[in-house]
Amino acid sequence: MLKHRSWAIVLLLAGALLGYFIFASEPKLYSSTTSGTSTPPFAASLSKFPFKLGLDLSGGTHLVYRADVSQVPSGGVSDALESLRDVIERRVNLFGVSEPIVQLEQGSVAGGSGSEQRLVVELPGITDVEEAIRQIGQTPSLMFKTERPAGKEKDDIVKAHEAYQEGLKTGELQFSPLLAEDPYFLDTALTGRLLERATLEFDPTTNEPVVGLQFNDEGAALFAALTKANVGKNIAIYLDGAPISIAVVREEITGGKAVISGNFTPPEAKQLVGRLNSGALPVPIELISTQVIGAPLGEKALKDGLYAGIFGLLAVALFLIVWYRLPGLIAVLALLVYVLILLAIFKLIPVTLTAAGIAGFILSVGMAVDANVLIAERTKEELRRGKGIMEAVAEGFSRAWTSIRDSNISSILTGIILFWFGTSLIEGFALTFVLGVVVSMFSAITVTRTFLYALGIKKRNALVSFLFSSGFHK
Amino acid sequence: MFIVNYRKIFFAISIAAVALSLFAVFFYGFNTGIDFEGGAILEAEYPNGRPNIEAVAEAVHAKFPEAQVQSAGDAGIFVRTSDLTEAEHQELLTTLALNGAQVTEKQFNSIGPTIGRELRQKAWVAIAAVLLAIVLFIAFAFRKVSAPISSWKYGLITLVSLAHDIILPAGLFAFLGKEVNSLFVVALLSILGISVHDKIVVFDRVRENLKLKSFSDFTTTVGKSLEQTFARSVNTSLTILIVLGVLWWFGPASTKDFALLLFVGVAIGTYSSVFFATPLLVTLEKWQGRR
Repeated sequence: MLKHRSWAIVLLLAGALLGYFIFASEPKLYSSTTSGTSTPPFAASLSKFPFKLGLDLSGGTHLVYRADVSQVPSGGVSDALESLRDVIERRVNLFGVSEPIVQLEQGSVAGGSGSEQRLVVELPGITDVEEAIRQIGQTPSLMFKTERPAGKEKDDIVKAHEAYQEGLKTGELQFSPLLAEDPYFLDTALTGRLLERATLEFDPTTNEPVVGLQFNDEGAALFAALTKANVGKNIAIYLDGAPISIAVVREEITGGKAVISGNFTPPEAKQLVGRLNSGALPVPIELISTQVIGAPLGEKALKDGLYAGIFGLLAVALFLIVWYRLPGLIAVLALLVYVLILLAIFKLIPVTLTAAGIAGFILSVGMAVDANVLIAERTKEELRRGKGIMEAVAEGFSRAWTSIRDSNISSILTGIILFWFGTSLIEGFALTFVLGVVVSMFSAITVTRTFLYALGIKKRNALVSFLFSSGFHK
Repeated sequence: MFIVNYRKIFFAISIAAVALSLFAVFFYGFNTGIDFEGGAILEAEYPNGRPNIEAVAEAVHAKFPEAQVQSAGDAGIFVRTSDLTEAEHQELLTTLALNGAQVTEKQFNSIGPTIGRELRQKAWVAIAAVLLAIVLFIAFAFRKVSAPISSWKYGLITLVSLAHDIILPAGLFAFLGKEVNSLFVVALLSILGISVHDKIVVFDRVRENLKLKSFSDFTTTVGKSLEQTFARSVNTSLTILIVLGVLWWFGPASTKDFALLLFVGVAIGTYSSVFFATPLLVTLEKWQGRR
């Protein structure tokens, strides 16, 4: 019995420690309950483990793209998809949100024309979906252009543009195929495709931010040829179809280095560098699903989920103590340890909590009670047969065990299939549900049993009989 | 045990309820959500008061003819359409800002039709897989129990009563016109998981009583096992119903229907363990005797 009592104390201490861990690793929770500026010990190192909230609780954007891999030779599909993910990931990282998710997913429509390759992007905290979609889908097109030689062709194009501008004023628009041509510059083969990397630099004389370009070998050769042929003339750098920088070539440039100086602010230059480095998408993508959840809606869902959890726990505790008395009280203690273990696991893995996940957690609280109810009922039965308290408890445990084991195994089976069914919404539910079932088995067997044995009641008297009976019995 | 003795009455109740539910499903049909159907929903709020809802609906219909526009609360609005591109999404938002009214988007969700089709298929497969896994597991767990009825029959009875336990809530949702979406399927799958608990506990007691030869004949064994597990069945369900009730009342809006469906399903699952599945054991045994 001494052994059981010491174990009971160890369990209680462990529970208290877990409780402290959960409390101290939530900076918001801590600061809202204490007025001072002090932080609990270890809080800094523990704050690495906050609850991870899903988009439906934190607010944010969830996008699903279909990747069109029909043009990719069958052997290269997975490579193409990997590099697609990398490119999108680099673009998404430019948003500066914490913990964005970019992952590949395979759709599987049986009987359809093969499987669909998808890319899922989750942006917590971003609700300007228009801007997000624009930045993800945008391929910066960088092109070097050379001066159009003067002549009839140039004059014609300039005239066509002038006529069009005139038309805008008078309302009689004059369209001409020449409008599609740039009057001053000619396309070249030197584009962003041949870029090796872009860097943020500062002009040594003006101290303005500029974007340094380094071409690969093919690009460097082209650039050398271009500069050699255009000494004394203008070369323009076009970004997304608009001239961003025009400079006079003084001499042939070998080595493949160029600089774009376009009166950037430092953040602009930084963004351009990021976009140029992230490069073009290896396969075309098409947006097939958008979900935006406003932050206030998420906050409300989180608050409601929290209240439901607390009230649900209180209601169950009340029921257990009123109906099952002493075994009920012990069941409540076991339930508390259960909740603490589960919450700590949520933080450590970490499990992304969604509204459905919270529902799964609350449901598992109700189900965790099952084992305790089974044990209490079984113990009561043995008592009725006239056995001593401790003997009845031991018997109650061993008899209830097969039921507990078999029913929980079937729950776990269900949970695994749920997880497979999973969209992210459901995976959250399935994961919390399965974890809940596993932990509840542990808490029912170890915690409840240890506490019951630790009571160490040897004799049956009126009080003990009262404490161990249930419902309306006296 | 009166439940075993009057089992035919309870069978009749269950069969009638299943028939009604199936009728509801086929007559009313399911109100499928956009995650199964493909489509878009937008929820927004007018912080400075909502313009006339009919005027807004008219403006929306001019651009999105099949859109359904609903008011939500005092200042909110719900729009459901076919799936929208980002440009169409922005256009819808602009349309909602009728005469320059200020609109705040609360949530927007657009799902392409292929994802919906895929999810629908997966839902059926998942339900079938859970049923199959549970039946196989029960046949396995009860493999040592062969007399008087063989272990696979426990599995079969579980299968029939689990079907009963999900058809009834599904029928209710079809009748109420509640939205059927992926959470609906999750709820059905969870009902399967929870209600099989009840059945296993009762069957486990039958198994134990058969092994100990506690009672003279099978009918008495089943009746007594029911009596012995009755308090547990009711109390466990009660705790689950308590938490589900709390979840329904206080919980997030997105899981309210989910909690309601589970509440109904758990209640029905407990009922069927006691009044349907267990008496079925006796019926099966009687059939065997006659042959």
